[in-house]
Amino acid sequence: MSVELGHYALVLALATAIVLSILPIWGAWRGDRPLMELATSGSLALFGLVAFAFAVLTQAHLASDFSVKNVWENSHSLVPFIFKFSGVWGNHEGSMLLWLLILVFFSALVAIFGRNLPDTLRANVLAVQAWVATAFTLFILLTSNPFARLNPAPPEGQDLNPVLQDVGLAIHPPLLYLGYVGFSVCFSFAIAALMEGRIDAAWARWVRPWTLAAWTFLTAGIAMGSYWAYYELGWGGWWFWDPVENASFMPWLAGTALLHSAIVMEKREALKIWTILLAILTFSLSLLGTFLVRSGVLTSVHAFATDPSRGIFILCILVLFIGGALALFAFRAPQLNSGGLFAPISREGALVLNNLILTVSTATVLIGTLYPLLLESLTGEKISVGPPFFNMTFGLLMIPLLLAVPFGPLLAWKRGDLLGALQRLYVAAGLAFFVALVFYYVENGGPVMAVLGLAAGLFLVFGAVSDLWFRAGIGKQAMGVAWRRLVGLPRSAFGTALAHMGLGITVLGIVAVTTFETEHVVEMKPGMTAEAGGYTLAFDGMRSAVGPNYTEDRGHFTVSRGGATVADVWSSKRLYTARRMPTTEAGILTFGLSQLYVSLGDPMADGGIVVRIWWKPYILCIWGGALVMMFGGFVSLSDRRLRVGAPSRRAKPVKAALEAGE
Amino acid sequence: MRIVLPALRRTLLAVLLFLSAVPAFAVNPDEILADPALELRARNLSAQLRCMVCQNQSIDDSNAELARDLRLLVRQRIRDGDSDEQVIDYVVSRYGEFVLLKPRFSAKTYILWATPLILLALGATAMVVYARGRTAKPTGRKLSAEEQAALDRLLGK
Repeated sequence: MSVELGHYALVLALATAIVLSILPIWGAWRGDRPLMELATSGSLALFGLVAFAFAVLTQAHLASDFSVKNVWENSHSLVPFIFKFSGVWGNHEGSMLLWLLILVFFSALVAIFGRNLPDTLRANVLAVQAWVATAFTLFILLTSNPFARLNPAPPEGQDLNPVLQDVGLAIHPPLLYLGYVGFSVCFSFAIAALMEGRIDAAWARWVRPWTLAAWTFLTAGIAMGSYWAYYELGWGGWWFWDPVENASFMPWLAGTALLHSAIVMEKREALKIWTILLAILTFSLSLLGTFLVRSGVLTSVHAFATDPSRGIFILCILVLFIGGALALFAFRAPQLNSGGLFAPISREGALVLNNLILTVSTATVLIGTLYPLLLESLTGEKISVGPPFFNMTFGLLMIPLLLAVPFGPLLAWKRGDLLGALQRLYVAAGLAFFVALVFYYVENGGPVMAVLGLAAGLFLVFGAVSDLWFRAGIGKQAMGVAWRRLVGLPRSAFGTALAHMGLGITVLGIVAVTTFETEHVVEMKPGMTAEAGGYTLAFDGMRSAVGPNYTEDRGHFTVSRGGATVADVWSSKRLYTARRMPTTEAGILTFGLSQLYVSLGDPMADGGIVVRIWWKPYILCIWGGALVMMFGGFVSLSDRRLRVGAPSRRAKPVKAALEAGE
Repeated sequence: MRIVLPALRRTLLAVLLFLSAVPAFAVNPDEILADPALELRARNLSAQLRCMVCQNQSIDDSNAELARDLRLLVRQRIRDGDSDEQVIDYVVSRYGEFVLLKPRFSAKTYILWATPLILLALGATAMVVYARGRTAKPTGRKLSAEEQAALDRLLGK
């Protein structure tokens, strides 16, 4: 297929997006139904056009059409099929096209599932989505055209960056963008509401599923990226406070706050202005992240190409959207009336505390990320803000939040009973402390602070269980009644419990691996052994191998425990031939929730090789916890209440009974 | 532009250095100090020092030649009996504050360090003011005589 068709589709998409940006709003203002209806069909058409452009680019990559510059720069005829496919977004241009595709995908979803939204709201939301789509389509067409040709066509491509030749590239960016860009829907809802000047509990109910979906995907994307960095980079780190990681973490923190404040708005009509502001800020942080990563202001594996004109363009988009949104907010917000009253100690109060801490954490990460840039551009002085800064400030902020989480769901709306919540939680707290001590004893110590960290994680897990326990009335009711009450709890209650439990599991993993990890750096010759985490690793020797587009030296290790062989593992160093770029492929063995991580260093003159072995106890909890959080998100999403327009629960059995009676 | 261009130059430099560097690993066996206590101090310090030619790595994680030199330097100073602060001061005097991953609390970083505290204080204050304003708000207006009469009538007084 000719890539020019893709280019043409993208130009048509721009025209469609411009029309969509204007006419539906005009229609909503004039009360003109056909113009408003245009938003629905137009959004679907826009999605079709961008999807077609994306498909064309994908086809060019799969067919290794090196006459297309983007394919030539980022692919190679020998690259395995899956990396030809994921290579579509393993570069700046393709990745922006994916960004746009997901944006218009969300617009199409709103068009399809938003049938029961008020006409004017739907038209306005889709129009705001189209503003964003216009800006980014223009960006792609003017500065980052993936469809440019080369003449004459080179015979062979330059290969995909070896670090990106991993299944992680197939999963991480799409998930991350589904999260990142998903928050655009919340943004559009906020802007549409400000334009209409009407915001109520129904609005919060419409926005929540989108927030929840975006948050769930972002959680998955960040966790996936973290695991990818962990096994690919070869030194066993899983979070680096790298500016690019921060860029995705900030929308997550703000999105988490939004998720919670929208609950207050839906249930109690309070915190309206704040929720609107958060919706704007969350997507603004997504845009800021896109700017930071794509402009080349920051350096990292994510900055595929750096070109100042792109940076300036995205900066303009950023200023326009964030500035415009905040100006509209400042203009309109005072007209919004605030809703329900609540005492400081209440469910609302707990959620406000959650929002306070999450927002301050977001701001802390933001200033830590931008401060070196700002200071250098203002005074020319260069400083670094690295992991020790973030660990300290962010860590301190998280402590009160983690301790407060289990209390939230146990407090009543409007006026809560802290003493009552304490009475319900002391078993969970005691149990958490006890298990943490046992844990500490079994793992033979470490800093005493670790006990508190472990206890905090366990408190979250047990606290979440307690919440369900007391809601079902287990122990107070007869078993059958309690069971029925448990099953009858709304899905969102399980979602909350699972998400909080997942957070606890992640905390547990982080504390355990930071405290109990052991590292061994040794020079080994074939036949030598090393000990780590109670396992013995015997080095059997090196072997050379050739992959499709790389050569590698592989070391083989036999792992035994108490004299019995339990596993074996290869760890290798690769050289990707097209780019002459070396990578390390760590050997990783999983034992329960813990891992043995083996990576190869330099060969020594005397025939030995430097081997680095880590024992990473309970490290899988870090990502396992994120999985549980995600699962909680999905469970919550399946709650009837959030499926707008779903028939109410009671309607069904009655109908069924009638039918049965006939 | 002022922000973008130096960053661009830095990127290119870093990329070049990264590509030309022979893959070595962070701490190598020949660097490790015999005394575990001293080695632990060296590792702690290394994690706080930035590898000057890398993207965003401490010298402890980095495989660059320069990072290795710096690791050896840190260990040399520790062996010579320097305290942790003395080692850090020495490295900063040679490479500038850019080398510190945890910036010092000084005039140019007041804003950085104070922001979380200030925001927390502001937020908490706003919360309290809001809560006060909301709870103590029974309009304060007394019923007018007519309203009182209407109420009495309704209550059957």
